Amino acid sequence: MFQLLIQYEFLRNALLAGMVVGIVCPAIGVFLVVRRLSLMADALSHITLSGLAAGILLQKNLSFFQPINPMYMGMFFSVIGSLFIEQLRKAYRFYQELAIPIILSAGIGLGVVLISIANGFNVDLFSYLFGSVVAITRSDLWTVSIVGLIVLLSIVFLYKELFALSFDEEYAEISGIKKRFVNLVFSILVALTIAISMRIVGILLVSALITLPVAAALRISRSFFHTFWISILFAQLAVLGGMVLSFYLNWAPGGTIVLFAVLILLCVLLTKKRSK
Amino acid sequence: MENINFVVEKGDFVGLVGPNGSGKSTLLKIILGLLKPDSGQVKLFNQPISSFKERYKIGYVSQKANSFNSGFPATVYEVVSMGLYGKLGLFTRLSGVDKKKIFDAIEQVGLSKFSQRNIGHLSGGQQQRAFIARAMVSNPSLLILDEPTVGVDTESVERFYQLLGKLHREQNMTLLMVTHDIGMMTDHVTKVACLNKQIHFHGSPRDFEISQKNILNQVYGSHMHPVEHQH
Repeated sequence: MFQLLIQYEFLRNALLAGMVVGIVCPAIGVFLVVRRLSLMADALSHITLSGLAAGILLQKNLSFFQPINPMYMGMFFSVIGSLFIEQLRKAYRFYQELAIPIILSAGIGLGVVLISIANGFNVDLFSYLFGSVVAITRSDLWTVSIVGLIVLLSIVFLYKELFALSFDEEYAEISGIKKRFVNLVFSILVALTIAISMRIVGILLVSALITLPVAAALRISRSFFHTFWISILFAQLAVLGGMVLSFYLNWAPGGTIVLFAVLILLCVLLTKKRSK
Repeated sequence: MENINFVVEKGDFVGLVGPNGSGKSTLLKIILGLLKPDSGQVKLFNQPISSFKERYKIGYVSQKANSFNSGFPATVYEVVSMGLYGKLGLFTRLSGVDKKKIFDAIEQVGLSKFSQRNIGHLSGGQQQRAFIARAMVSNPSLLILDEPTVGVDTESVERFYQLLGKLHREQNMTLLMVTHDIGMMTDHVTKVACLNKQIHFHGSPRDFEISQKNILNQVYGSHMHPVEHQH
């Protein structure tokens, strides 16, 4: 396989994009999971779908939008969606989790309508739903890498603040941490992460990479710092293992990566069980 | 609450009592800036609260109940280190000096053995001590505690008061503590304040004990009797 990697750019692009996503998703995922917002990724990915559909529709009908990759529209919708989720969480103080099905349904509903207006599903859309890791162009890779780097650097710089806010929001606010600003930045980072990950695993599976490696890491880690790095390790294993496996078995790469992540989680669960 | 004219002097150790619903937690939240009063002014360290930026000068220990998700994967060390984040600000990392402060704070509350243990695996009393360490690590001049002994076993409560006394005497810390435990509190504090929509008393523990029955009638209603702890 390594010879093929050297030979074919599309395979290299796929692997590199996968590795970027395999770092950024769990990094964001750790904070989402401990804040009990693991479903937010799902809600935002569905919103991204409607953004994508809107982008494709605009591409078809307005020449101005021709050169613009629908992915950017997806990112835009995703960011708006995350802001809406924050507002809904404030509106439903005692049922905060309602924000998620609301946005999720709105996203899918809007997406389906826009798709039907654009006259049906086509190959493009399928690849966004389930990932098309082998169709990653060089410019796609650039976008994924740069946005991924921005997200990662932001997380590293805001690690303390995100950690404090996730653990005890009231205390963090009292101790002088700028709660509004950090939460806003975090929402935007989540939206961006989802937008760049959809190329690899597709929209329907992106929340898997965000939550499953974290779920596995939580079983074995001894500190928050530990959880952070172990999640990234597990996600990388899933991406690399999944891609290699899908290459040899000719399976859908996105699905294989997610299955690999599930497998890792199962192993961790079974191992921990025995040691108790 | 109405007509609240409440001043905490530097070096005081104030015990604030009152029945449920009297506004004790609300008063604390107003002092901390989490809530705004409908009218009037809050001053911290003689500065109006809106222009007060040195948040690290205030340490806060909330009631155990409301704080955190006990399944959260954080060690005692990580929790205590949070006390320094506000002081550090964005883009700064913990220095070697900071790390030593964290270990010192953990030691002061007697949790050195548990510094790498997950906070969820500690007992209620130990968790509270970790939160005190978190409040102390930034070396605050003012420590505010909201019913810190709720859910804590008796032995730990005694140790806890001793720790607070030590901080008050040795580090000249100003303390404001909301508590239900009138009996134990009067042994340790320098000032007592009674709140029930208004401040009904604010003076020394001795004066409080002399007029205790009258004050408590006013604050709690005549059907209440304090439970005596025999030590």
